[in-house]
Amino acid sequence: MPQLFHRGMNTLARLSIVVGLLVAGGGLMFVIEFNRTPYVTRAFEPREQPVQFSHKHHVGDDGIDCRYCHTTVETAASAGIPATKTCMNCHSQLFANSPYLEIVRESWRTGQPIKWTKVHDLPDFAYFNHSIHVNKGVGCSTCHGRVDLMPLMYNVNSLHMEWCIACHRDPNAVLREQKDITNMEWVAPDDQAEKGKELAKKYNIQSKEVLTSCSTCHR
Amino acid sequence: MSHRDHHHDLEPVREAISRKTGREFWRSLEELAGTDRFRDFLHREFPALNAPETDPSMLDPTGRRNFMKLMGASLALAGLTACTRQPLEHVVPYVKTPDGLVPGKPQFYATAMTLNGVASGLLVESHEGRPTKIEGNPDHPGSLGATDIFAQASVLGLYDPDRSQSALKLGDARTWGDFLNELTAWLEAQRPKRGKGLRILTENSTSPTLASLMAKVKTDFPESKWVTYDPNTRDGARMGAPTVGGKPANVVYKFENAEVVVSLDADFLTNGPGALRYARDFMSKRRLTSGANEMNRLFVAESTLTTTGSKADHRLPVKASEIDALARSIANAVGVSVAAGGNLSGDAAKFAKAVADDLQAHAGKCIVLAGEHQPAAVHAIANAINAKLGGTAVAYTAPIEINPIDQTAALTELIGEMNAGQVECIIIVGGNPVYNAPNLPGQKDSFLNALKKVPNRAHMSLYNDETSAQCQWHLAEAHYLESWGDARAFDGTVSIIQPLIQPLYQGRSPLELVAAVAGIQGKTALDLLKDYWKTQPQMAANFDQAWKQALHDGVVAGTKLAEESAQLDAAKLAAPAPAKGGQYEIVFRLDPHVHDGRFANNGWLQECPKPINKITWDNFAIINGTTAAKLNLAPKDEPYHATAKMINITVDGKELAMPAWIQAGHPNDTVTVYLGYGRERAGNVGNKTGFNTYLLKTTAGAIAEAKLAAGEGTYQLASTQEHFAIDVSGIDSKAFIPEENDLSDRHIVRAGNLEEYKKNPKAVHHGAHLPPDPKMTIYHPEEHPYNGYAWGMAIDMNACIGCNACIVSCQSENNIAVVGKELVTRGRQMHWLRIDTYFRGDMANPEVYFQPMMCQHCENAPCEVVCPVNATVHDAEGLNTQVYNRCVGTRYCANNCPYKVRRFNYLLYGDWETPSLKNVRNPEVTIRSRGVMEKCTFCVQRIMNGKIEAEKQNRRVADGEIQTACQTVCPTEAIIFGDINDKESRVAKLKAEPRNYEVLADLNTRPRASYLAAIKNPNATLGGGASSHGGSSESGGHGNEGQKSGEAKHG
Repeated sequence: MPQLFHRGMNTLARLSIVVGLLVAGGGLMFVIEFNRTPYVTRAFEPREQPVQFSHKHHVGDDGIDCRYCHTTVETAASAGIPATKTCMNCHSQLFANSPYLEIVRESWRTGQPIKWTKVHDLPDFAYFNHSIHVNKGVGCSTCHGRVDLMPLMYNVNSLHMEWCIACHRDPNAVLREQKDITNMEWVAPDDQAEKGKELAKKYNIQSKEVLTSCSTCHR
Repeated sequence: MSHRDHHHDLEPVREAISRKTGREFWRSLEELAGTDRFRDFLHREFPALNAPETDPSMLDPTGRRNFMKLMGASLALAGLTACTRQPLEHVVPYVKTPDGLVPGKPQFYATAMTLNGVASGLLVESHEGRPTKIEGNPDHPGSLGATDIFAQASVLGLYDPDRSQSALKLGDARTWGDFLNELTAWLEAQRPKRGKGLRILTENSTSPTLASLMAKVKTDFPESKWVTYDPNTRDGARMGAPTVGGKPANVVYKFENAEVVVSLDADFLTNGPGALRYARDFMSKRRLTSGANEMNRLFVAESTLTTTGSKADHRLPVKASEIDALARSIANAVGVSVAAGGNLSGDAAKFAKAVADDLQAHAGKCIVLAGEHQPAAVHAIANAINAKLGGTAVAYTAPIEINPIDQTAALTELIGEMNAGQVECIIIVGGNPVYNAPNLPGQKDSFLNALKKVPNRAHMSLYNDETSAQCQWHLAEAHYLESWGDARAFDGTVSIIQPLIQPLYQGRSPLELVAAVAGIQGKTALDLLKDYWKTQPQMAANFDQAWKQALHDGVVAGTKLAEESAQLDAAKLAAPAPAKGGQYEIVFRLDPHVHDGRFANNGWLQECPKPINKITWDNFAIINGTTAAKLNLAPKDEPYHATAKMINITVDGKELAMPAWIQAGHPNDTVTVYLGYGRERAGNVGNKTGFNTYLLKTTAGAIAEAKLAAGEGTYQLASTQEHFAIDVSGIDSKAFIPEENDLSDRHIVRAGNLEEYKKNPKAVHHGAHLPPDPKMTIYHPEEHPYNGYAWGMAIDMNACIGCNACIVSCQSENNIAVVGKELVTRGRQMHWLRIDTYFRGDMANPEVYFQPMMCQHCENAPCEVVCPVNATVHDAEGLNTQVYNRCVGTRYCANNCPYKVRRFNYLLYGDWETPSLKNVRNPEVTIRSRGVMEKCTFCVQRIMNGKIEAEKQNRRVADGEIQTACQTVCPTEAIIFGDINDKESRVAKLKAEPRNYEVLADLNTRPRASYLAAIKNPNATLGGGASSHGGSSESGGHGNEGQKSGEAKHG
């Protein structure tokens, strides 16, 4: 019986194994990498909000400190989304007739809260606490990016666990002085390696083992 | 699987015990008899999985092909879900943030919950205005920070979707205003008659404001009558009490001053006014810590095995009707002369003599208590002995109740008046008398039939219940967490009950209803309260300030009632109760969990295993083995099913068939039944659970003559007593479990007596295996130094009274699901914490030991090494963490856990749909779905929040700053949690006590939870009592790893 397949098929068969593995591996890589894309994480995707609130204007142009609105960032897990009253503190006088702010004024009149869309939305099984990060020298812009340059709010990071844990493994790289916490323009100085170590000591930053324990974020 | 229906014969059981030397522990009669069922529970974590025929969900005829198809589909779906984007979520801030509220941070408000009218102070945790968790108020004398099981579960009651939501007239929704209009018409008709046809029926109450409103009603309608009735009437206590100013005194016990405590059928550690405080004070005299080595002594004579009896140094099982004779014998022996009672049996006479001797030896430091269901004479005798020997341990105050009457007599009179047509209008404020009123002797439905003769009937209650259905008007009552009120604690201290939330439905406060009857309309309960307290000396001077202070503290300063001298009427001590004629008697008791039936619709309480017998979702007739043998009743034994035989109980001509439960330690010829089951209109949870024993109860009292007979058929009870058994002590291992000698006595429970403890504090450990050398580990200890915090727990078994408050607290704190009766029988209850109950010694009167068992947080955790996906791992502070999102549900970890503390969520047990139930969940804890293993986390959410607060202030967590949910509620402080690296912490000090030991430490698990052995303080003349494990005074345990326990057999 003549050979069914040409000798060269052997090579082809071997090659197909390799190609098969590559395709399978590539597929897996695709899934993993796809999950990291901004399409999935919604990074850099400004969310539509009921009021076209501009952080760029309020933070960048007006120079309002983050804590004026996000009042509980230093004391509680949640930084706090400002109540309508906070808006009205200024906007009962400024732009008091602007059509953009009608929703705010309506909320104030009717007592119905404004329904904002969440931008930084962690999964419910991750328990993030703003206050401990802020108190231990992690600045706003480290996670939230240059908010002062964002007309509409978007996240600049994936909020994936790998992103969280990168810092928890080596917090020194991002630590800053308390005075710089809300400083949007802060960039790590050249001697951050030194400085970070010093600050970690000053802030009593917990060991890497504690910071990367599951129980630190999951309950 | 064998399906032998062998009856378990009690003879071999007795023999099994007699072969023992009185030192082994056992869990249940099934265990002693070595039944298949027990062995299955012992050998497999999930024995129920092998009985597919019993579970409809397991009947799915999924063939291999189908399985592959489904698997393929689910794999594909799993792949796809990874590609979906998170849906957009919204965040809704306040318009105006309330003062002091920080979103995400819980607030605590002081309030109080009443049970039988008596207040227990609470601090309620509120998340953005949503109460989620109950804690005790440390400033409240009746709580001192602890709570009972009812308070813990009450937050679920608040969100119960079955609660009544509006006023109803003949079943149609009406407004409160509609009712007021009709009420006005009713009252106007009564006014010319000076209220002759008006009756107000309330529950027991201590509310001063309600009293003032009732006084106004009495002024407006001088001939109206006010009847107070609670199923737990406490008539005996009230009528047998000495008098203060002509009224029955409120008796206040001071256990901190008592050396000898005698309970005459009184379950004072978990029942009655002040129980939480009494438990704390009682245990304060039994703490063998920091070098203390003296204990008080507790004698208990009781008609069923209770938690109090379990803590007794000497316990006498005795028929409830014979308590009277026993009390008289003791009284006469200590020189309180009373009429002699009936003859005592030999054991009882010996007991009475020992009690009398001990009382006299400790004159001035004694307390004698009588059970709430005991007749007035027994209470009078107890009070007389206290008057002579109690000294500073017993005090009397004016009554705390606002209507201290003989409730049964008043109710009987009311029924008579209603039958005679003298009642034209009845307002029933709370309570459920149609369901729970006793019958007049020889009658059925006495109250119901009489009520129907009243033309105008209104009933206010939390549920549209049995009584509501019989009244033209039903009025929705506001839950205590959503309404204003006031109430006194056991010592008279007043708490203002402040709401945590606006009424969820259209509920109203009972105060508003009574005010309407008193002609006060348009005032809220808050107005009424303020009106009253403005006139009171404690607040009058600077009302606004005093009011705020009272709300903040949870108590009104200066309202504790003064101690007064009380006079006991000698006539009360007179004639002994006539001897009961029949052979058998029945005792009606409040259910330990659903109380008088009012909590029947609470899933947390229904599913919590009752103390001692660990039965859930049911009531049953408790008898002992001898009585069962006489009646030819013994439970039929089938694998996985505690099938009980039915028993027919006939009382006063009425018959009820109930499942019989054979309980060691129960007296002969008597049956104990719990009230509160068999509800028809309790709600979706409580309907059709158990049996309505009120049908048998008459106005003659809680103790009655009964006829017993074997009934037809069997009934399945869901007892968890044999679930998750971690030992086989008590079984002759060679006979039952060949080749597993190591499982024989594992010294899981260690107990001893005080004399031995004084000689050698470590005697309790004798014979136990020592943990192996710390170097024996496959881990690298240097990699896990635990330099920072090292969380640990110490549990004092001497202090644990088995009250179950910790179980419900854990359930509330950690969002633990309720699974229902059917699944409990299959061993699928989700409780992270259980109270293991062990018995020792004679079946007729065993010693009982409680061991709270939860994840032990082993440093060498056996669960961790077998998890294929690293879903259970250690953290840097020694917590054994469970990562729900990694868990794929292999259940290897549960299989490998020697403590059997891991719970698998087989089905989606939690109710994720009902909107109101979403509010009860703790937002600090992940809500788990099915297919995921879960277990005790040592309340990691509390640890993390405590650490974060401390770290923000750059300090270490202070001792006691972080308390687990089980710890905070414990009335006896039996559970202490903390940092064991801090040698000054309470937990570290307890772990340094000689009684401290770790369960199954010989497995080299190095648990972070440890236990302190239980010590009893028996009277030398009575003998008996606990003897140390091993009985020798030789110190310490023996052997390092490798030694066989066969050598550990010491006499």
